[in-house]
Amino acid sequence: MSISEPAGAPAVAAAPAAKPAPTNRIGETMAAYKGAASTLCAGCGHDSITSQLIKAFFEMGISPYDVAKMSGIGCSSKTTAYFMSLSHGFNGVHGRAAAIATGSYLANRRLVHVCVSGDGDTASIGLGHFLHMLRRNLPIVYVIENNGVYGLTKGQFSATADKGSTHKKGFENEQTPIDCCALAIEMGCEYVARSFSGDVKQLVPLLKGALAHGGSAVVDVVSPCVTFNNHEGSTKSLKFARENEDPLHEVGFVPYYEPITADYAEGTTITIDLPDQSKLLLRKLEHDYDPRDKIRALELCHRAQEERLFLTGLIYHSPVRGRTLAEQMNLVDEPLAHLPEERVRPAAEVLAEVMEAYR
Amino acid sequence: MTASPSTQPAFRNTTQDNEPVINDVVIQVATSNGTGSQSANLVLLRTIFQMGVPVGGKNMFPSNIQGLPTWFTIRANAQGWTARRRDADLFVAMNVESVEEDIAALRPGATLVLHADLEKHLTRDDLIVHVVPFGRLVAEVCPDARLRRLVVNMIYVGVVAWLLELDMEEVGRAIAKQFSGKPKAADLNLAAARAGHAWAEANLPPHRPFVIRRMDRTAGKIIMDGNTAMALGLMYGGLTVFAWYPITPSSSLAEALTDFMAKYRHDAETGKATYAIVQAEDELAAIGIVTGAGWAGARAATATSGPGISLMAEIVGLAHFAEIPAVVIDVQRVGPSTGLPTRTSQGDMMSAYYLSHGDTRHPLLIPATLAECYEFAMQALDLAERLQTPVFIMSDLDLGMNLWMSEPFAPPTRPMDRGKVLTAQDLDRLGGFARYRDVDGDGIGWRTLPGTRHPKAAYFTQGAGHDDAAKRSEKPADWQNNLDRLRRKIDGARNNLPQPAIQTMDNPRAALIGYGTSDEAIAEARHILATQHATPTDYLRLRALPPADSVREFIAAHSRVFVVEQNRDAQVAAILQAEYPDLAPRIGGIVHYNGLPLDAHTVVEGVLSKGSYAP
Ligand SMILES: Cc1ncc(C[n+]2csc(CCOP(=O)(O)OP(=O)(O)O)c2C)c(N)n1
Ligand code: SF4
Ligand SMILES: [Mg+2]
Repeated sequence: MSISEPAGAPAVAAAPAAKPAPTNRIGETMAAYKGAASTLCAGCGHDSITSQLIKAFFEMGISPYDVAKMSGIGCSSKTTAYFMSLSHGFNGVHGRAAAIATGSYLANRRLVHVCVSGDGDTASIGLGHFLHMLRRNLPIVYVIENNGVYGLTKGQFSATADKGSTHKKGFENEQTPIDCCALAIEMGCEYVARSFSGDVKQLVPLLKGALAHGGSAVVDVVSPCVTFNNHEGSTKSLKFARENEDPLHEVGFVPYYEPITADYAEGTTITIDLPDQSKLLLRKLEHDYDPRDKIRALELCHRAQEERLFLTGLIYHSPVRGRTLAEQMNLVDEPLAHLPEERVRPAAEVLAEVMEAYR
Repeated sequence: MTASPSTQPAFRNTTQDNEPVINDVVIQVATSNGTGSQSANLVLLRTIFQMGVPVGGKNMFPSNIQGLPTWFTIRANAQGWTARRRDADLFVAMNVESVEEDIAALRPGATLVLHADLEKHLTRDDLIVHVVPFGRLVAEVCPDARLRRLVVNMIYVGVVAWLLELDMEEVGRAIAKQFSGKPKAADLNLAAARAGHAWAEANLPPHRPFVIRRMDRTAGKIIMDGNTAMALGLMYGGLTVFAWYPITPSSSLAEALTDFMAKYRHDAETGKATYAIVQAEDELAAIGIVTGAGWAGARAATATSGPGISLMAEIVGLAHFAEIPAVVIDVQRVGPSTGLPTRTSQGDMMSAYYLSHGDTRHPLLIPATLAECYEFAMQALDLAERLQTPVFIMSDLDLGMNLWMSEPFAPPTRPMDRGKVLTAQDLDRLGGFARYRDVDGDGIGWRTLPGTRHPKAAYFTQGAGHDDAAKRSEKPADWQNNLDRLRRKIDGARNNLPQPAIQTMDNPRAALIGYGTSDEAIAEARHILATQHATPTDYLRLRALPPADSVREFIAAHSRVFVVEQNRDAQVAAILQAEYPDLAPRIGGIVHYNGLPLDAHTVVEGVLSKGSYAP
């Protein structure tokens, strides 16, 4: 059954001259990946990330039926309503999406879990759950829409605000920022990227790489809040991000079902092999950076913070793959949620055996 | 209203005519924790059980790992009353830390088995005292000096066995069971018990005031703690996801579950697990994991105690409002704050019933017995999926961690109830659905699970206001409709929850409502009231909230009703008063809140002092 034409739905007469909409690998058009209309401020970075998520899922040919969209609370967390209405979504409570997603994953690990969170949601109230989710290696694409403020509660500094960045009311942040990428690497996350909502060319392949990764994947995206953190002196404003973004490399994604066509000169490109045989191709720019070295990756995060650099790209990818939570738990292949009664209720003889032991 | 003639415990056993009291004794052993006395106490308990005499064991332990005073109480009673009794008949004093207070607290005439090293602390002459040279005795049977601290406990088992005329064959069997798989340890401990027994026989006066004689009242029964029973219920309830964070007194439930699942819930062919147990980073995560799992269609539960319940509040509200199944087991301890973490109470009734902000209310199942721990765990998983809401099981430390007798559990007879879930085929047939629409008139909508491959399957789950199609809405009417429907849903469940157990007597002069572990003390108190105070009572044991219609009828049929509770503020009495405002003036409370399990005399005194009806 095609998604865009639900069974039994009245056939909509196509405009005679229109070209048929392009379809993806599973025969779906972009329409199958659309969500409800956004209610965010015009120009909000988060809306642009929503578009890139739609593009990534569409181009990857992932069925929306297989996706579970998780989020916390915040402008950013609202956006799971604005893409893929054909997927189930769970907009839970502030900061706890990582925990809720953990449960959903354990219930049904055939679902592709994507979580959209904010810097307040992840780096303050939900920091503990975020870190523990990573320690467990929960297969999930965890997108942080990072604007340095709490948008939904009207612009208070968040814990990712840079030292020296100014608040709308003029005062400076003196406190050390939390770098979600550095923390993620520390916690054993094997796919860590930083990007910018305005860098479509980079963000889409990074999201695709995250989707292909198959373990915890963190994509920290600087996403300007045009209403509360877009002034002169803010290091998360649109202008600052545009002027200062310094890509580590040019990112290309080659899915496993497509041949590599680009012709990269030897020594200029690092190839990142992903578990499903897809590849990320990282073409060198000025930086000579290899994201497969954990120590260097952490060094990079620290240097970026010290020198106030806005470095983007694939910050870390582990050359060795750790076991996912389901593998650690040796779970059956079928979703736990759908196991029939006879597989989850031991036989009466077992109960008799247990009773005997307590006599 | 009659004045209370006597508040003296009526269970003071006397030996006026020098005849021993048969099968009615309270034994208390004072040791320091971490010395291995638990094994010795279990051997004593099990021996009495094997001799067919009803018995229960309560451990009063400190919030500490090693070295602080701990008391184990065994009550054997032919009639089956094993509630806590205030005073011991036979006291074994092994602990220097507590010995002075222990001796001071004994009732006149009690038997005291005193460690010879502690003799200097003996200041009373109204006790029957047996000073035992434990140090010498253990040195004789246990050459390895390092083991003596542990083995010495088995010497008192032998002494007590002689004092109670326990069958040493049964002591041997109990030791073999306690140390099964460790024959060396079993031999050493048996030798110690025999040494104690032989010493007592040779040195103690022949008269023994309390004895145990064989009966047949434990045949076929099991002895277990409630946490283990609850874990079994979860396993048989088809639980697939469990998340927890360690906290006394619920940790042993999670640990028992982990053991059972590891043993019995791996696929025969693949050896893979049909369950996931997560030790979460905190209780917020635990309830988050459970809620996420319930949302995606798993049968999920968590177990905690009061402090964890407090942390879970926000997500429980989300699960209530977004209508997601979850089972929350509260093994209650004493609060507020850290409180008395190793003591028992029923202090979370109110906070659990209304947990979270806004207008929230949750079904509570309240087990009083091992069998109910097992059954309610299964039932809670069904109810949570049926009602699409968090369902609480309100246990407590006394039930969860102490030892109780029970008939063996029966395998489940009903299939699991997976509640209202629409499949892709259903959606084809129906052409779509509205997640929160009350199509069946019971306030419960139909849901789909993520992963359902159908264009009409998806809906957006949120804690924010929504209409019946799950679309975000801030319209006043949508909000109010939703809240009204939720009330109908929870209220409507009242007669599908475990129903009250009602016991009446002829010409009742008082009426009692109780729940949970208060039951055994109430049962004993009713017997005392009827036989010694001419006060027959009617009794309703509440097994769930919101209360069934029969609770209202019971209250309406009595001019005064006392709710017996193990908390200060008579929390369930207040809930019932709110539930039945017209009957509120009739509802009073008899409360007990010192951290010890409820005893019958507190209830007897409560009824007599608060006033039974005029004869
Ligand atoms: C328990 C709790 N505390 C506070 C809030 C209020 N609150 C809502 S969103 C938010 C911050 C969101 O910031 P962020 O995650 O950065 O998202 P943004 O709006 O910036 O995208 C806060 C504090 C809440 N919803 N719940
Ligand atoms: S307040 Fe800021 S973060 Fe929120 S929608 Fe507006 S621009 Fe975006
Ligand atoms: Mg923010």
